[in-house]
Amino acid sequence: MKKLLVALLVAALAIPAVAFGADTIKIGFNIPLTGDQPKVGEMSKDAAEMLQEKINGAGGLDVGGKKYKLEFVYVDNEAKPESAVNAALKLIEGDKVLAMVGPQASARAIPAAEIANNNKTVMVSAWSTNPKTTLDRPYVFRACFLDDFQGPVAAKFASGELKAKTAGVLYDVASDYPKGLAEEFKKSFETINGPKSVVAFETFTTKDVDFKAQLTKIIEAKPDVLFVPQYYNEVPLIIKQARDLGYKGPVLGSDSWGSAELMNLCGDDCKGQYFVTHYAAAGAKGATKEFIDAFTAKFKDTPDDVAALTWDATGMVLAAIQKMGALSNDLAKDRTALRDAMSTMRDYAGITGKMSFDGKTGDPVKCAVIVKINDKGEFAFHESVCP
Amino acid sequence: MGAEGLAFRAPFAFVTFLVLNQLAPGQDMLHTLMQQALNALQQGSIYALIALGYCLVYGVLLLINFAHGDIFMVGAYVAFFIASMAMGKYGLLPAGIPKWAVLAATVPLTMLLTSGVGVLIERVAYRPLRLKGANRLYVVITALMMGIILEYGNLSILGANRLSFPSLMPRMIFEPFGARITITELSAIVTCFAVFALLQWIVTKTKLGMAMQAVSYDKFAVPLMGIPLDAVIVFTFFLGSSLAGLAGLLYALNFPVLDPFMGAMVGWKAFVAAVVGGIGDIRGAFVGGFLMAFLEVAVVAASDYVPFIKPEMRDLVSFSALLIILTIKPTGIFGKPKTTKI
Repeated sequence: MKKLLVALLVAALAIPAVAFGADTIKIGFNIPLTGDQPKVGEMSKDAAEMLQEKINGAGGLDVGGKKYKLEFVYVDNEAKPESAVNAALKLIEGDKVLAMVGPQASARAIPAAEIANNNKTVMVSAWSTNPKTTLDRPYVFRACFLDDFQGPVAAKFASGELKAKTAGVLYDVASDYPKGLAEEFKKSFETINGPKSVVAFETFTTKDVDFKAQLTKIIEAKPDVLFVPQYYNEVPLIIKQARDLGYKGPVLGSDSWGSAELMNLCGDDCKGQYFVTHYAAAGAKGATKEFIDAFTAKFKDTPDDVAALTWDATGMVLAAIQKMGALSNDLAKDRTALRDAMSTMRDYAGITGKMSFDGKTGDPVKCAVIVKINDKGEFAFHESVCP
Repeated sequence: MGAEGLAFRAPFAFVTFLVLNQLAPGQDMLHTLMQQALNALQQGSIYALIALGYCLVYGVLLLINFAHGDIFMVGAYVAFFIASMAMGKYGLLPAGIPKWAVLAATVPLTMLLTSGVGVLIERVAYRPLRLKGANRLYVVITALMMGIILEYGNLSILGANRLSFPSLMPRMIFEPFGARITITELSAIVTCFAVFALLQWIVTKTKLGMAMQAVSYDKFAVPLMGIPLDAVIVFTFFLGSSLAGLAGLLYALNFPVLDPFMGAMVGWKAFVAAVVGGIGDIRGAFVGGFLMAFLEVAVVAASDYVPFIKPEMRDLVSFSALLIILTIKPTGIFGKPKTTKI
């Protein structure tokens, strides 16, 4: 009797589950809703929700003539590597998502990518620019360019437009992203301006707020430009302290500057500085402008890079699902089919530019943008640099 | 007394160094050295101010108040809200109050409100345990929990976004002998020295201070002598927390990005500084704070000249050095040997 009851209960639960599973597609988001970079998580979630609303509002995602509703699962990785790994496991094994978007920053994306790849699940990091994230991991993709591309772009721009002959670098040695980028910048800058043209290469560790000891050394070396590949919570303190110590030259940054929070914290100190990034909100056209307008109307906030890249990363996953033709409902098979569809994606027209994968790596071919922070504190398009 | 003399002699040695430096101008390296010394002095003043608060509470109650670093964080946030309000941000006061007036109001109000938080914590978390005669260990664990409650309470109320502290002082920079120091840094240093002198006076010369010493000496005999034990303890928390509030304000003026966990690491460092100086002794906390900062800056500054030393080894090297000091003198620089200690 008891067995029969259990069997009935299982059947009762299983039938709707199968029916439910048949016409929804689950995508997981491994993002920092709390911790060091909550704005990153908030922007990612907002962009994803907007995309979900748009597609579900139109009846769902059309895959081979059948409409599927989208179900997005958001898991907080607290901006910690170990939590990102747990979040990835939860999404892949617990929620059984078809694909995972995020983690966004490289420090979290690199360990989480290992989990996704081992479990043969497609992961797309929207914002991680460190080469290690996708290296030898066929299931891992990204929607942005790499540090080894961003480094040379920054070095080229510093030596060209900023006319720098010498450079100083200040970076967080305990974090994968700034470290990788600082090393790439140094290599390219010294290729252009000769050995030892990076006159100061100073490090600190995460959560530091007093950079004066390092900045004193950098200023003593008299660089023409200061390269700071740091996050928006550190940049305001670094620039303020550099100015207080008497540094007058330009400060050049990387895409990690491109957060809406930067200007709230930095104020006038950041105006007039440049950074390399993925897209610029001020001066956008076409689909990019449509996205910015819709986002601004909905959330009363200008979408930053992470929002735009999350939109593109998620959009790419959905385009690849459509490319698969049909879903088999065998999760392992679908995940592998999705991986094959992703890796052969050509000219996906995203709002941060056209992206293609060459079938070998998970790194898209796309262009970088140099942004100037104008006097109104907006991130204005300055020039585009393509590989 | 000898070590105290040293603490007061150091600034004179520093001035001598400046004069010598002036005699040989144009030497970049000396300017850099001078700048690094100023950097350390400024960082040390923050450590010392927090360490003084640790030290006061420990000295009187033999309680390591692990929540102290987070009371410092609360101080910075309290200062933020008072300053924002006074600048007309929430519509309670008209905008356009001059900045010096805002600052003049923010300093005492921050100290008062933060000390209120400290006294409240003592009232709801520590006193019930003390009255039940709980072992000191449980009170220390309670302090640890209070710190975490403050951090995550702040996180859940205000969210994890950083706050930008308004600049209350003009951006004035002094250039003594080629090095540069901002007015906010200078005020942190001056305040720290003044507070140290004031505390020394309170503890050694006033009746309340002597009562504090008496409580520290024998908590059970003190009430028999007609000294109100609870009042002395409340006063200690009041004093210690108002110092944390002041440190929070000075810190926020210099590093104007606030987050709920800003007190954790600074608090730890200040605590270590207080222990190395000899916890329970005001001079110890003061000297320990500066020692910590000078060690940190020295590691970064030396990294170019000493092989294998890198700036990221700052905490490793400075804490190792402090460990050596403790190994040689386990009671800290000014500490007196006692049989029981945590």
